[in-house]
Amino acid sequence: MSRKLEIIVLAILLVFTVQFVYMSSTTDAEYGGADGEAENVINDITGGTYEPIAEPFWEPPSGEIESLLFGLQAAIGAGIIGYFLGYYRAKSRYEDDLGYKDKSKPDSDRQSQ
Amino acid sequence: MHIMEGFLPSPWWQAWFAVSIPVIMYGIYKMNRLVKEKREILPLLAVAGAFIFVLSSLKLPSVTGSCSHPTGTGVAAIIFGPAISAVLGIIVLLYQALFLAHGGLTTLGANVFSMGIVGPVVAYLVYKAGMKANINFYAVVFLATAFGDWATYVTTSVELALAYPAGGVLTFAGFMSSFGKFAVVFAVTQVPLAIMEGAVSALLFKYVVNVKSDILIEMKVIEASIVKKLRGISA
Repeated sequence: MSRKLEIIVLAILLVFTVQFVYMSSTTDAEYGGADGEAENVINDITGGTYEPIAEPFWEPPSGEIESLLFGLQAAIGAGIIGYFLGYYRAKSRYEDDLGYKDKSKPDSDRQSQ
Repeated sequence: MHIMEGFLPSPWWQAWFAVSIPVIMYGIYKMNRLVKEKREILPLLAVAGAFIFVLSSLKLPSVTGSCSHPTGTGVAAIIFGPAISAVLGIIVLLYQALFLAHGGLTTLGANVFSMGIVGPVVAYLVYKAGMKANINFYAVVFLATAFGDWATYVTTSVELALAYPAGGVLTFAGFMSSFGKFAVVFAVTQVPLAIMEGAVSALLFKYVVNVKSDILIEMKVIEASIVKKLRGISA
């Protein structure tokens, strides 16, 4: 299997990482969330008069809990992707390589040989 | 980044709900019909949804010195079309609004519109145009998902600029001035992240083509001849 696309993607990730390491060590950028900055812009435009019309009714009590929940979100997603790509991979392997075809009737007595 | 809870005043948050709800309803209808017709599509639907889950949880640093996250909706848009992507998008937005205080319930309509509707529509259109122009499949996926991601954040800037025009009154000049400010925060930050999203999406597509291309052909995402060519090179 050709790995051309993987190499290109890795190269892009690498450029991105190097850029980040360089920038974060040479500047004092805070790397805060862009939505926090948007809040500043809103304050700027309205002169700080805007009151949010609603508050989140639950907030993660600390940054640790927040990263836990973000990590959980990523883990759930990654698990599902891995499971089903593996499922499809094994399925197409059985069908292609072993000649096992479970056609339209899965309840037929056809067995893998 | 989504618009935060409470940061869209009336009548804007209601207006975005009004626009988004019909699309979500149509998406749910389409999704139900698709799953009923083709049960074997379900795992792929789960993968597309899970991809949005993963990508939108990754807050990445950008060249501007702030962090934002990709959306991951482009993959779903290419395979299932924009309406179903909107349904998958709202699941993620609800998770983040409820558990992470990221985005919000009052701003859900606006966030669904940008991330679940405009982003996927742009990705879908770019994909269709690219395939027609006969460009390399993975390059088209890259372009479609990157532009979809970027369009999401441009839309967020538009939504905020409409609600907060400079000078307090909605005029074209006021809108453009605010739009410029929000776009600097969102759209510029997003450029490198959109490139990353495009790259990772292309990679996911490679694996889907490798293990389950028949479903993509059946869904009329790609033609059989292109799959043959791709697998000839990469298999």
